[in-house]
Amino acid sequence: MPPDYWQTLRLTLALAACTTALLLGLGLPLAYALAYGRSRFKPLAEAVVSLPLVLPPTVIGFYLLVAFSDSSALGRFLINKLGVSLNFTFPGILVGSLVYSLPFMVQPLQAGFGQVPRSLREAAYTLGKSRGTTLWRVLLPNMRPALLNGLVLTFAHTLGEFGVVLMIGGSLPGTTRVASIAIYDEVQSLHYAQANAYALTLLGVAFVILVALYWFTKRDAARLS
Amino acid sequence: MLDFHLLKALHTAAGPRTLDVRLTLAPGELLAISGPSGAGKTTLLRLLAGLDRPDGGFIQAEKLTWYRAESRQFLPPQQRPLGFVFQDYALFPNMTVHENLAFAATGQPQPARVINDLLDSLELTELADRRPAVLSGGQQQRVALARALARRPRLLLLDEPLSALDLPTRQRLQQVLAEVHRQYELTTILISHDPAEIARLADRVLELDLGQVRRVGPPVAPAAPLLGRVLAVLPGGRLQVQLAGGAVVEIAAPPSRPVVVGEELRFELVG
Repeated sequence: MPPDYWQTLRLTLALAACTTALLLGLGLPLAYALAYGRSRFKPLAEAVVSLPLVLPPTVIGFYLLVAFSDSSALGRFLINKLGVSLNFTFPGILVGSLVYSLPFMVQPLQAGFGQVPRSLREAAYTLGKSRGTTLWRVLLPNMRPALLNGLVLTFAHTLGEFGVVLMIGGSLPGTTRVASIAIYDEVQSLHYAQANAYALTLLGVAFVILVALYWFTKRDAARLS
Repeated sequence: MLDFHLLKALHTAAGPRTLDVRLTLAPGELLAISGPSGAGKTTLLRLLAGLDRPDGGFIQAEKLTWYRAESRQFLPPQQRPLGFVFQDYALFPNMTVHENLAFAATGQPQPARVINDLLDSLELTELADRRPAVLSGGQQQRVALARALARRPRLLLLDEPLSALDLPTRQRLQQVLAEVHRQYELTTILISHDPAEIARLADRVLELDLGQVRRVGPPVAPAAPLLGRVLAVLPGGRLQVQLAGGAVVEIAAPPSRPVVVGEELRFELVG
Protein backbone atom coordinates (compact mmCIF):
# COMPACT_ATOMS: atom_id res chain seq x y z
CA MET A 1 0.00 0.00 0.00
CA PRO A 2 1.48 3.43 -0.92
CA PRO A 3 2.18 5.66 2.12
CA ASP A 4 -0.43 8.34 1.31
CA TYR A 5 -2.90 5.96 -0.32
CA TRP A 6 -5.94 7.01 1.77
CA GLN A 7 -5.13 10.70 1.60
CA THR A 8 -4.91 10.54 -2.20
CA LEU A 9 -8.06 8.50 -2.47
CA ARG A 10 -9.98 10.88 -0.19
CA LEU A 11 -8.85 13.83 -2.30
CA THR A 12 -9.83 12.06 -5.53
CA LEU A 13 -13.32 11.25 -4.24
CA ALA A 14 -13.76 14.76 -2.81
CA LEU A 15 -12.89 16.28 -6.18
CA ALA A 16 -15.29 13.96 -8.02
CA ALA A 17 -18.12 14.51 -5.52
CA CYS A 18 -17.77 18.32 -5.46
CA THR A 19 -17.53 18.48 -9.25
CA THR A 20 -20.65 16.32 -9.66
CA ALA A 21 -22.71 18.29 -7.12
CA LEU A 22 -21.77 21.68 -8.54
CA LEU A 23 -22.21 20.56 -12.15
CA LEU A 24 -25.71 19.30 -11.37
CA GLY A 25 -26.64 22.81 -10.23
CA LEU A 26 -24.92 24.45 -13.22
CA GLY A 27 -25.84 21.82 -15.79
CA LEU A 28 -29.59 21.65 -15.16
CA PRO A 29 -30.44 25.24 -16.17
CA LEU A 30 -27.93 25.09 -19.01
CA ALA A 31 -29.34 21.81 -20.38
CA TYR A 32 -32.91 23.14 -19.98
CA ALA A 33 -32.05 26.25 -21.97
CA LEU A 34 -30.28 24.22 -24.68
CA ALA A 35 -33.13 21.70 -24.92
CA TYR A 36 -36.03 24.16 -25.12
CA GLY A 37 -34.42 27.44 -26.16
CA ARG A 38 -34.89 28.80 -29.66
CA SER A 39 -32.07 31.33 -29.66
CA ARG A 40 -30.01 31.87 -32.81
CA PHE A 41 -26.90 31.41 -30.70
CA LYS A 42 -27.82 27.91 -29.54
CA PRO A 43 -25.34 26.13 -31.87
CA LEU A 44 -22.61 28.38 -30.50
CA ALA A 45 -23.50 27.51 -26.91
CA GLU A 46 -23.67 23.81 -27.76
CA ALA A 47 -20.24 23.99 -29.37
CA VAL A 48 -18.72 25.67 -26.31
CA VAL A 49 -20.26 23.05 -23.99
CA SER A 50 -18.88 20.23 -26.16
CA LEU A 51 -15.38 21.65 -26.61
CA PRO A 52 -13.88 19.77 -23.63
CA LEU A 53 -14.84 16.50 -25.37
CA VAL A 54 -12.53 17.13 -28.29
CA LEU A 55 -9.79 19.37 -26.88
CA PRO A 56 -6.69 17.83 -25.33
CA PRO A 57 -6.99 18.33 -21.55
CA THR A 58 -3.65 20.12 -21.64
CA VAL A 59 -5.18 22.87 -23.79
CA ILE A 60 -7.92 23.52 -21.22
CA GLY A 61 -5.40 23.23 -18.41
CA PHE A 62 -2.99 25.60 -20.12
CA TYR A 63 -5.56 28.36 -20.67
CA LEU A 64 -6.95 28.03 -17.15
CA LEU A 65 -3.39 28.15 -15.75
CA VAL A 66 -2.80 31.38 -17.64
CA ALA A 67 -6.21 32.79 -16.70
CA PHE A 68 -5.66 32.13 -12.99
CA SER A 69 -2.13 33.59 -12.94
CA ASP A 70 -1.29 37.27 -12.40
CA SER A 71 -0.40 37.63 -16.08
CA SER A 72 -4.12 37.84 -16.97
CA ALA A 73 -6.71 40.44 -16.00
CA LEU A 74 -8.97 37.76 -14.48
CA GLY A 75 -6.09 36.33 -12.47
CA ARG A 76 -5.03 39.75 -11.22
CA PHE A 77 -8.64 40.49 -10.21
CA LEU A 78 -8.90 37.15 -8.38
CA ILE A 79 -5.55 37.51 -6.61
CA ASN A 80 -5.43 41.24 -5.84
CA LYS A 81 -9.13 42.08 -5.33
CA LEU A 82 -10.52 38.81 -3.92
CA GLY A 83 -7.33 37.32 -2.52
CA VAL A 84 -8.04 34.04 -4.31
CA SER A 85 -5.12 32.22 -5.85
CA LEU A 86 -6.39 29.21 -7.80
CA ASN A 87 -3.26 27.71 -9.35
CA PHE A 88 -1.91 24.69 -7.40
CA THR A 89 -4.89 24.62 -5.01
CA PHE A 90 -7.91 22.35 -4.59
CA PRO A 91 -10.43 25.07 -5.63
CA GLY A 92 -8.29 25.54 -8.75
CA ILE A 93 -8.47 21.92 -9.84
CA LEU A 94 -12.18 21.96 -8.94
CA VAL A 95 -12.80 24.80 -11.41
CA GLY A 96 -10.75 22.91 -13.99
CA SER A 97 -12.84 19.78 -13.40
CA LEU A 98 -16.08 21.76 -13.78
CA VAL A 99 -14.99 22.95 -17.20
CA TYR A 100 -13.58 19.60 -18.26
CA SER A 101 -16.61 17.50 -17.19
CA LEU A 102 -19.29 20.00 -18.27
CA PRO A 103 -20.39 18.06 -21.40
CA PHE A 104 -20.69 14.84 -19.42
CA MET A 105 -23.40 16.45 -17.30
CA VAL A 106 -25.08 18.73 -19.85
CA GLN A 107 -25.36 16.35 -22.79
CA PRO A 108 -27.26 13.52 -21.02
CA LEU A 109 -29.55 16.08 -19.34
CA GLN A 110 -30.22 17.88 -22.61
CA ALA A 111 -31.04 14.57 -24.29
CA GLY A 112 -33.25 13.65 -21.30
CA PHE A 113 -35.24 16.90 -21.58
CA GLY A 114 -35.59 16.27 -25.30
CA GLN A 115 -36.96 12.76 -24.75
CA VAL A 116 -39.81 13.79 -22.44
CA PRO A 117 -42.79 14.18 -24.83
CA ARG A 118 -43.64 17.82 -25.43
CA SER A 119 -47.28 17.14 -24.61
CA LEU A 120 -46.39 16.27 -20.98
CA ARG A 121 -44.88 19.71 -20.49
CA GLU A 122 -47.78 21.37 -22.26
CA ALA A 123 -50.33 19.35 -20.29
CA ALA A 124 -48.79 20.67 -17.06
CA TYR A 125 -48.98 24.24 -18.43
CA THR A 126 -52.66 23.87 -19.36
CA LEU A 127 -53.22 22.61 -15.80
CA GLY A 128 -51.94 25.95 -14.57
CA LYS A 129 -48.51 24.75 -13.45
CA SER A 130 -45.50 27.05 -13.62
CA ARG A 131 -42.29 26.12 -15.41
CA GLY A 132 -40.63 25.41 -12.07
CA THR A 133 -43.37 23.09 -10.85
CA THR A 134 -43.42 21.37 -14.25
CA LEU A 135 -39.65 20.86 -14.12
CA TRP A 136 -39.72 19.46 -10.60
CA ARG A 137 -42.88 17.32 -10.72
CA VAL A 138 -43.12 16.27 -14.38
CA LEU A 139 -39.84 16.62 -16.27
CA LEU A 140 -37.21 15.46 -13.77
CA PRO A 141 -39.14 12.39 -12.51
CA ASN A 142 -39.65 11.27 -16.11
CA MET A 143 -36.00 11.63 -17.08
CA ARG A 144 -34.42 9.83 -14.14
CA PRO A 145 -32.21 7.61 -16.32
CA ALA A 146 -30.75 10.73 -17.98
CA LEU A 147 -30.26 12.35 -14.59
CA LEU A 148 -28.48 9.27 -13.26
CA ASN A 149 -26.42 9.06 -16.43
CA GLY A 150 -25.24 12.66 -16.07
CA LEU A 151 -24.36 12.22 -12.40
CA VAL A 152 -22.52 8.94 -12.84
CA LEU A 153 -20.63 9.88 -15.99
CA THR A 154 -19.51 13.18 -14.46
CA PHE A 155 -18.35 11.45 -11.30
CA ALA A 156 -16.52 8.66 -13.13
CA HIS A 157 -15.00 11.03 -15.65
CA THR A 158 -13.67 13.30 -12.91
CA LEU A 159 -12.08 10.29 -11.18
CA GLY A 160 -10.10 9.63 -14.32
CA GLU A 161 -9.02 13.20 -14.98
CA PHE A 162 -5.31 13.74 -15.53
CA GLY A 163 -4.17 16.48 -17.88
CA VAL A 164 -6.21 19.39 -16.57
CA VAL A 165 -5.40 18.65 -12.92
CA LEU A 166 -1.71 18.23 -13.69
CA MET A 167 -1.57 21.55 -15.58
CA ILE A 168 -3.40 23.62 -12.96
CA GLY A 169 -2.63 21.70 -9.79
CA GLY A 170 0.68 20.00 -10.28
CA SER A 171 1.14 17.09 -7.93
CA LEU A 172 1.01 18.37 -4.36
CA PRO A 173 0.21 15.48 -1.99
CA GLY A 174 -2.96 16.15 -0.01
CA THR A 175 -3.85 19.23 -2.07
CA THR A 176 -3.89 18.43 -5.77
CA ARG A 177 -2.37 14.96 -6.17
CA VAL A 178 -5.32 12.81 -7.24
CA ALA A 179 -5.08 9.06 -7.90
CA SER A 180 -4.49 9.28 -11.65
CA ILE A 181 -1.52 11.60 -11.07
CA ALA A 182 -0.24 9.45 -8.23
CA ILE A 183 -0.11 6.50 -10.66
CA TYR A 184 2.03 8.51 -13.04
CA ASP A 185 4.35 9.64 -10.24
CA GLU A 186 4.78 6.11 -8.88
CA VAL A 187 5.59 4.74 -12.33
CA GLN A 188 8.13 7.53 -12.86
CA SER A 189 9.81 6.39 -9.64
CA LEU A 190 9.55 2.73 -10.75
CA HIS A 191 7.19 1.89 -7.84
CA TYR A 192 5.04 -0.46 -9.93
CA ALA A 193 3.32 -2.18 -7.00
CA GLN A 194 2.17 1.17 -5.58
CA ALA A 195 1.02 2.36 -8.99
CA ASN A 196 -0.92 -0.87 -9.28
CA ALA A 197 -2.70 -0.23 -5.97
CA TYR A 198 -4.09 3.06 -7.31
CA ALA A 199 -4.79 1.69 -10.77
CA LEU A 200 -6.66 -1.32 -9.44
CA THR A 201 -8.73 0.91 -7.15
CA LEU A 202 -9.73 3.24 -10.01
CA LEU A 203 -10.54 0.27 -12.24
CA GLY A 204 -12.73 -1.31 -9.55
CA VAL A 205 -14.56 1.90 -8.65
CA ALA A 206 -15.23 2.78 -12.29
CA PHE A 207 -16.53 -0.71 -13.05
CA VAL A 208 -18.83 -0.85 -10.00
CA ILE A 209 -20.24 2.60 -10.79
CA LEU A 210 -21.04 1.68 -14.39
CA VAL A 211 -22.63 -1.65 -13.44
CA ALA A 212 -24.80 0.17 -10.90
CA LEU A 213 -25.77 2.75 -13.53
CA TYR A 214 -26.89 0.19 -16.10
CA TRP A 215 -28.66 -1.89 -13.48
CA PHE A 216 -30.64 1.10 -12.16
CA THR A 217 -31.43 2.31 -15.68
CA LYS A 218 -32.84 -1.08 -16.61
CA ARG A 219 -34.93 -1.30 -13.44
CA ASP A 220 -36.27 2.23 -13.89
CA ALA A 221 -37.22 1.63 -17.50
CA ALA A 222 -39.14 -1.50 -16.44
CA ARG A 223 -40.95 0.42 -13.69
CA LEU A 224 -42.16 3.28 -15.90
CA SER A 225 -43.26 1.28 -18.92
CA MET B 1 -68.57 32.62 -24.16
CA LEU B 2 -65.70 32.62 -26.63
CA ASP B 3 -65.12 35.02 -29.46
CA PHE B 4 -62.00 34.81 -31.56
CA HIS B 5 -60.30 35.68 -34.80
CA LEU B 6 -57.01 33.90 -35.27
CA LEU B 7 -54.32 34.17 -37.91
CA LYS B 8 -51.29 31.95 -38.11
CA ALA B 9 -48.87 30.92 -40.85
CA LEU B 10 -49.26 27.22 -41.70
CA HIS B 11 -46.74 24.98 -43.40
CA THR B 12 -48.88 22.55 -45.40
CA ALA B 13 -48.01 19.92 -47.97
CA ALA B 14 -49.46 22.31 -50.57
CA GLY B 15 -47.04 25.07 -49.52
CA PRO B 16 -47.31 27.96 -47.06
CA ARG B 17 -50.88 28.95 -46.16
CA THR B 18 -52.52 31.12 -43.54
CA LEU B 19 -54.88 29.80 -40.93
CA ASP B 20 -57.68 32.35 -40.72
CA VAL B 21 -60.69 31.55 -38.53
CA ARG B 22 -63.25 33.93 -37.05
CA LEU B 23 -65.90 32.40 -34.80
CA THR B 24 -68.14 33.02 -31.81
CA LEU B 25 -69.17 30.20 -29.50
CA ALA B 26 -72.29 30.32 -27.35
CA PRO B 27 -72.06 29.11 -23.75
CA GLY B 28 -72.76 25.38 -23.56
CA GLU B 29 -72.09 24.86 -27.25
CA LEU B 30 -70.24 21.80 -28.54
CA LEU B 31 -68.31 22.63 -31.70
CA ALA B 32 -66.62 19.98 -33.81
CA ILE B 33 -63.69 20.83 -36.07
CA SER B 34 -63.09 18.56 -39.03
CA GLY B 35 -60.96 18.63 -42.14
CA PRO B 36 -58.08 16.84 -43.85
CA SER B 37 -54.71 16.63 -42.13
CA GLY B 38 -52.74 19.84 -42.50
CA ALA B 39 -55.95 21.88 -42.42
CA GLY B 40 -54.87 23.64 -39.22
CA LYS B 41 -57.24 21.92 -36.76
CA THR B 42 -54.66 21.17 -34.07
CA THR B 43 -52.97 24.52 -34.65
CA LEU B 44 -56.28 26.28 -33.99
CA LEU B 45 -56.74 24.38 -30.73
CA ARG B 46 -53.16 25.12 -29.63
CA LEU B 47 -53.62 28.83 -30.38
CA LEU B 48 -56.77 28.89 -28.25
CA ALA B 49 -54.95 27.15 -25.39
CA GLY B 50 -51.98 29.53 -25.61
CA LEU B 51 -49.53 26.75 -26.47
CA ASP B 52 -48.63 28.57 -29.69
CA ARG B 53 -48.60 32.28 -30.38
CA PRO B 54 -50.90 33.57 -33.14
CA ASP B 55 -49.59 35.94 -35.83
CA GLY B 56 -52.59 38.20 -35.42
CA GLY B 57 -56.20 38.56 -34.30
CA PHE B 58 -57.76 38.26 -30.85
CA ILE B 59 -59.32 35.84 -28.36
CA GLN B 60 -61.99 37.17 -26.03
CA ALA B 61 -63.40 34.80 -23.39
CA GLU B 62 -66.39 36.55 -21.85
CA LYS B 63 -64.89 39.66 -20.20
CA LEU B 64 -61.32 38.35 -20.23
CA THR B 65 -58.94 39.06 -23.11
CA TRP B 66 -56.71 36.03 -23.70
CA TYR B 67 -55.02 37.51 -26.71
CA ARG B 68 -55.10 40.73 -28.69
CA ALA B 69 -52.52 41.49 -31.35
CA GLU B 70 -52.91 45.31 -31.38
CA SER B 71 -52.41 45.70 -27.64
CA ARG B 72 -49.79 42.89 -27.50
CA GLN B 73 -51.81 41.05 -24.88
CA PHE B 74 -51.05 37.35 -24.52
CA LEU B 75 -52.26 35.31 -21.58
CA PRO B 76 -49.96 32.31 -20.99
CA PRO B 77 -51.64 28.87 -21.01
CA GLN B 78 -51.36 28.65 -17.21
CA GLN B 79 -53.79 31.55 -16.81
CA ARG B 80 -56.44 30.43 -19.30
CA PRO B 81 -59.21 28.58 -17.49
CA LEU B 82 -59.57 25.68 -19.91
CA GLY B 83 -59.10 21.94 -20.04
CA PHE B 84 -57.05 20.39 -22.83
CA VAL B 85 -57.12 16.72 -23.80
CA PHE B 86 -54.14 15.81 -25.96
CA GLN B 87 -54.25 13.34 -28.81
CA ASP B 88 -51.66 11.14 -27.04
CA TYR B 89 -53.44 11.75 -23.66
CA ALA B 90 -50.19 13.13 -22.13
CA LEU B 91 -50.76 11.41 -18.77
CA PHE B 92 -47.80 11.78 -16.40
CA PRO B 93 -46.17 8.31 -16.38
CA ASN B 94 -44.54 8.89 -12.98
CA MET B 95 -47.90 9.42 -11.24
CA THR B 96 -50.82 7.11 -10.54
CA VAL B 97 -54.30 7.96 -11.83
CA HIS B 98 -55.12 9.55 -8.47
CA GLU B 99 -51.84 11.49 -8.43
CA ASN B 100 -52.46 12.72 -11.99
CA LEU B 101 -55.79 14.17 -10.86
CA ALA B 102 -54.39 15.47 -7.57
CA PHE B 103 -51.59 17.27 -9.42
CA ALA B 104 -54.23 18.97 -11.57
CA ALA B 105 -56.55 19.77 -8.66
CA THR B 106 -53.99 21.40 -6.34
CA GLY B 107 -54.99 24.99 -5.78
CA GLN B 108 -58.70 24.23 -6.24
CA PRO B 109 -61.10 24.56 -3.31
CA GLN B 110 -61.79 21.12 -1.79
CA PRO B 111 -59.41 19.19 -4.05
CA ALA B 112 -60.20 15.84 -2.42
CA ARG B 113 -63.89 16.18 -3.25
CA VAL B 114 -63.21 17.28 -6.81
CA ILE B 115 -60.97 14.25 -7.34
CA ASN B 116 -63.42 11.78 -5.84
CA ASP B 117 -66.31 13.20 -7.87
CA LEU B 118 -64.31 12.86 -11.08
CA LEU B 119 -63.06 9.36 -10.27
CA ASP B 120 -66.65 8.43 -9.56
CA SER B 121 -68.36 9.97 -12.58
CA LEU B 122 -65.74 8.65 -15.02
CA GLU B 123 -65.69 5.19 -13.38
CA LEU B 124 -62.02 5.39 -12.45
CA THR B 125 -62.23 4.66 -8.72
CA GLU B 126 -60.92 1.11 -9.10
CA LEU B 127 -58.00 2.29 -11.24
CA ALA B 128 -56.99 5.13 -8.91
CA ASP B 129 -53.74 3.52 -7.73
CA ARG B 130 -52.58 2.32 -11.14
CA ARG B 131 -50.05 4.01 -13.34
CA PRO B 132 -51.05 5.12 -16.85
CA ALA B 133 -48.77 2.59 -18.55
CA VAL B 134 -50.90 -0.37 -17.43
CA LEU B 135 -54.23 1.15 -18.56
CA SER B 136 -56.03 0.47 -21.83
CA GLY B 137 -56.50 3.24 -24.39
CA GLY B 138 -60.08 3.87 -23.34
CA GLN B 139 -59.13 4.01 -19.67
CA GLN B 140 -56.27 6.42 -20.39
CA GLN B 141 -58.70 8.58 -22.33
CA ARG B 142 -61.07 8.75 -19.35
CA VAL B 143 -58.18 9.71 -17.04
CA ALA B 144 -57.11 12.43 -19.47
CA LEU B 145 -60.66 13.76 -19.53
CA ALA B 146 -60.97 13.64 -15.73
CA ARG B 147 -57.62 15.41 -15.33
CA ALA B 148 -58.63 18.16 -17.76
CA LEU B 149 -61.80 18.71 -15.73
CA ALA B 150 -60.04 18.84 -12.34
CA ARG B 151 -59.45 22.57 -12.66
CA ARG B 152 -63.17 23.10 -13.22
CA PRO B 153 -62.68 24.75 -16.63
CA ARG B 154 -65.46 26.49 -18.54
CA LEU B 155 -63.92 25.58 -21.89
CA LEU B 156 -62.82 22.08 -22.87
CA LEU B 157 -60.56 21.50 -25.89
CA LEU B 158 -60.16 17.96 -27.22
CA ASP B 159 -57.67 17.03 -29.94
CA GLU B 160 -58.99 13.91 -31.69
CA PRO B 161 -59.74 12.33 -28.33
CA LEU B 162 -61.30 9.13 -29.60
CA SER B 163 -59.52 8.50 -32.91
CA ALA B 164 -57.14 5.85 -31.55
CA LEU B 165 -59.85 3.72 -29.94
CA ASP B 166 -61.80 0.74 -31.24
CA LEU B 167 -65.44 1.27 -32.21
CA PRO B 168 -67.26 -0.04 -29.08
CA THR B 169 -64.94 1.93 -26.76
CA ARG B 170 -65.33 4.99 -28.93
CA GLN B 171 -69.12 4.82 -28.85
CA ARG B 172 -69.14 4.41 -25.08
CA LEU B 173 -66.79 7.34 -24.63
CA GLN B 174 -68.89 9.51 -26.94
CA GLN B 175 -71.68 9.00 -24.45
CA VAL B 176 -69.35 9.83 -21.54
CA LEU B 177 -68.25 12.96 -23.35
CA ALA B 178 -71.80 14.09 -24.00
CA GLU B 179 -72.68 13.55 -20.33
CA VAL B 180 -69.59 15.35 -19.06
CA HIS B 181 -70.26 18.25 -21.43
CA ARG B 182 -73.76 18.65 -19.99
CA GLN B 183 -73.01 17.85 -16.34
CA TYR B 184 -70.07 20.26 -16.03
CA GLU B 185 -71.80 22.96 -18.14
CA LEU B 186 -68.89 23.17 -20.54
CA THR B 187 -68.33 24.87 -23.82
CA THR B 188 -66.47 22.25 -25.82
CA ILE B 189 -64.38 22.21 -28.98
CA LEU B 190 -63.62 18.77 -30.36
CA ILE B 191 -61.50 17.73 -33.33
CA SER B 192 -62.97 14.70 -35.07
CA HIS B 193 -62.80 12.96 -38.44
CA ASP B 194 -65.79 10.74 -37.83
CA PRO B 195 -69.03 12.13 -39.36
CA ALA B 196 -71.15 9.84 -37.17
CA GLU B 197 -69.37 11.07 -34.05
CA ILE B 198 -69.80 14.70 -35.12
CA ALA B 199 -73.48 14.18 -35.91
CA ARG B 200 -73.99 12.53 -32.55
CA LEU B 201 -72.15 15.04 -30.35
CA ALA B 202 -71.81 18.43 -32.01
CA ASP B 203 -74.17 21.40 -32.19
CA ARG B 204 -72.13 22.90 -35.00
CA VAL B 205 -69.26 21.80 -37.16
CA LEU B 206 -66.39 23.90 -38.49
CA GLU B 207 -64.90 22.42 -41.64
CA LEU B 208 -61.35 23.56 -42.30
CA ASP B 209 -59.18 23.07 -45.35
CA LEU B 210 -55.67 24.49 -45.77
CA GLY B 211 -56.36 27.01 -43.04
CA GLN B 212 -59.57 28.36 -44.53
CA VAL B 213 -63.11 27.86 -43.23
CA ARG B 214 -65.03 25.75 -45.75
CA ARG B 215 -68.27 25.62 -43.82
CA VAL B 216 -69.68 26.41 -40.37
CA GLY B 217 -73.07 25.01 -39.59
CA PRO B 218 -75.09 22.13 -38.25
CA PRO B 219 -73.52 18.71 -38.72
CA VAL B 220 -74.72 16.64 -41.65
CA ALA B 221 -75.94 13.20 -40.64
CA PRO B 222 -74.28 10.51 -42.73
CA ALA B 223 -76.89 8.81 -44.93
CA ALA B 224 -77.85 5.26 -44.12
CA PRO B 225 -76.94 2.89 -46.97
CA LEU B 226 -79.87 1.99 -49.25
CA LEU B 227 -80.56 -1.42 -50.70
CA GLY B 228 -81.98 -1.93 -54.19
CA ARG B 229 -82.28 -4.35 -57.13
CA VAL B 230 -80.98 -3.41 -60.56
CA LEU B 231 -83.84 -3.29 -63.11
CA ALA B 232 -81.91 -2.08 -66.13
CA VAL B 233 -78.48 -0.87 -67.23
CA LEU B 234 -78.97 2.46 -69.06
CA PRO B 235 -76.59 4.16 -71.51
CA GLY B 236 -74.13 6.71 -70.06
CA GLY B 237 -73.20 4.59 -67.07
CA ARG B 238 -76.61 4.94 -65.36
CA LEU B 239 -78.64 2.26 -63.63
CA GLN B 240 -82.37 1.92 -63.00
CA VAL B 241 -82.79 0.54 -59.48
CA GLN B 242 -85.83 -0.52 -57.50
CA LEU B 243 -85.47 0.31 -53.81
CA ALA B 244 -86.58 -2.05 -51.05
CA GLY B 245 -89.71 0.11 -50.58
CA GLY B 246 -90.72 -0.33 -54.23
CA ALA B 247 -89.74 3.10 -55.58
CA VAL B 248 -87.69 3.15 -58.79
CA VAL B 249 -84.71 5.55 -59.02
CA GLU B 250 -81.89 6.24 -61.43
CA ILE B 251 -78.31 6.20 -60.10
CA ALA B 252 -74.75 6.29 -61.42
CA ALA B 253 -73.24 2.85 -61.96
CA PRO B 254 -70.31 1.95 -59.68
CA PRO B 255 -67.15 2.66 -61.67
CA SER B 256 -65.22 -0.25 -60.21
CA ARG B 257 -67.00 -3.25 -61.78
CA PRO B 258 -69.74 -4.21 -64.26
CA VAL B 259 -73.30 -4.62 -62.92
CA VAL B 260 -75.84 -7.18 -64.16
CA VAL B 261 -79.63 -6.89 -64.15
CA GLY B 262 -81.23 -8.48 -61.11
CA GLU B 263 -78.23 -7.87 -58.85
CA GLU B 264 -78.72 -6.55 -55.29
CA LEU B 265 -76.85 -3.28 -54.72
CA ARG B 266 -75.98 -1.39 -51.55
CA PHE B 267 -75.41 2.33 -52.13
CA GLU B 268 -75.47 5.75 -50.47
CA LEU B 269 -77.22 8.96 -51.51
CA VAL B 270 -74.72 11.80 -51.89
CA GLY B 271 -75.46 15.53 -51.65
